[in-house]
Amino acid sequence: MQRLGSALFLLGLGLLIAVIFRGMEFGTVAPIAGQLINSAAAEQVGAANFVTAVVLGYRGFDTLLELTILFTAATAGGLVLGKRSPTAKRDPDAGFILQAGADLLFPLLVIVGLYIILHGHLTPGGGFQGGVILAAAFFIPILARPGTTMSHTAVSTIEGLAGAGFIFIGLLAMFDGEAFLTPLLDKGELGALLSAGSLPLLYLAVGLKVGSELAGLLAHLSESEAVD
Amino acid sequence: MEWLVLVIVLVMLVSAVAVLLLQDFLAALAALSVVSLGLSVLFVILRAPDVAMTEATIGAGLSSLLLALALRRLGLWRNRNQ
Repeated sequence: MQRLGSALFLLGLGLLIAVIFRGMEFGTVAPIAGQLINSAAAEQVGAANFVTAVVLGYRGFDTLLELTILFTAATAGGLVLGKRSPTAKRDPDAGFILQAGADLLFPLLVIVGLYIILHGHLTPGGGFQGGVILAAAFFIPILARPGTTMSHTAVSTIEGLAGAGFIFIGLLAMFDGEAFLTPLLDKGELGALLSAGSLPLLYLAVGLKVGSELAGLLAHLSESEAVD
Repeated sequence: MEWLVLVIVLVMLVSAVAVLLLQDFLAALAALSVVSLGLSVLFVILRAPDVAMTEATIGAGLSSLLLALALRRLGLWRNRNQ
């Protein structure tokens, strides 16, 4: 019975994909909303990367809720993992090559992560991608030396400040009589590093929040006791 | 461009099936991240670099790291046959 159901599901999925691909050439889309945004975003928001213009300019509230979802998931993960018992043994340190590689990779990854966050309004990427790279950068030293621990108070302080900063910038727009999270400040020249008003600040807050949250989660997971 | 897409889709399909068939959990994890990596290359071909970066960092990087740490927590990260 179950196999019959799976077969029917596969048949339906195949038909669906066939119908989609018959009507649409690979790599082409029907640009309705996209054309409107492409023509208006540069003037309205001032970000050279239109994806950022949508994510933070037109749909900033969605991004705030995305951050909330991530925060809830990380908190739930921390709750499930619990505290490690003080007698649990730690993994031994990695070999010389891994340790040297981690020391080399750490500054490079931090620079790449910060670059992607700060250029989020100009080039592809932004707070979420750069934040994940930052989290990976701060997790790599723990991989090489499992004995070292990350300061969870520092991580959660950065996370809280970044989240509060995002909401604070959104509230500043309300003091100006605009809607919540309306882009503020001067738009500047299209494509310059200091342009697009408050969007880079918002992305910096997003990047720091995502990075500290995920780094904390990864550190928490690696600190939990391993079953032999 | 068509043949490149075909190669990537084939690699993705093969590694997706490998995820199901591999006995070693860590190897299955590596195959899973190959699927994400192929998908991110597809996104680049479709001119969606933002989504491609997200897929590469989160799909191929972070989620496989999370799953590997979860395997370690559960004691499933060593090959049972050895």
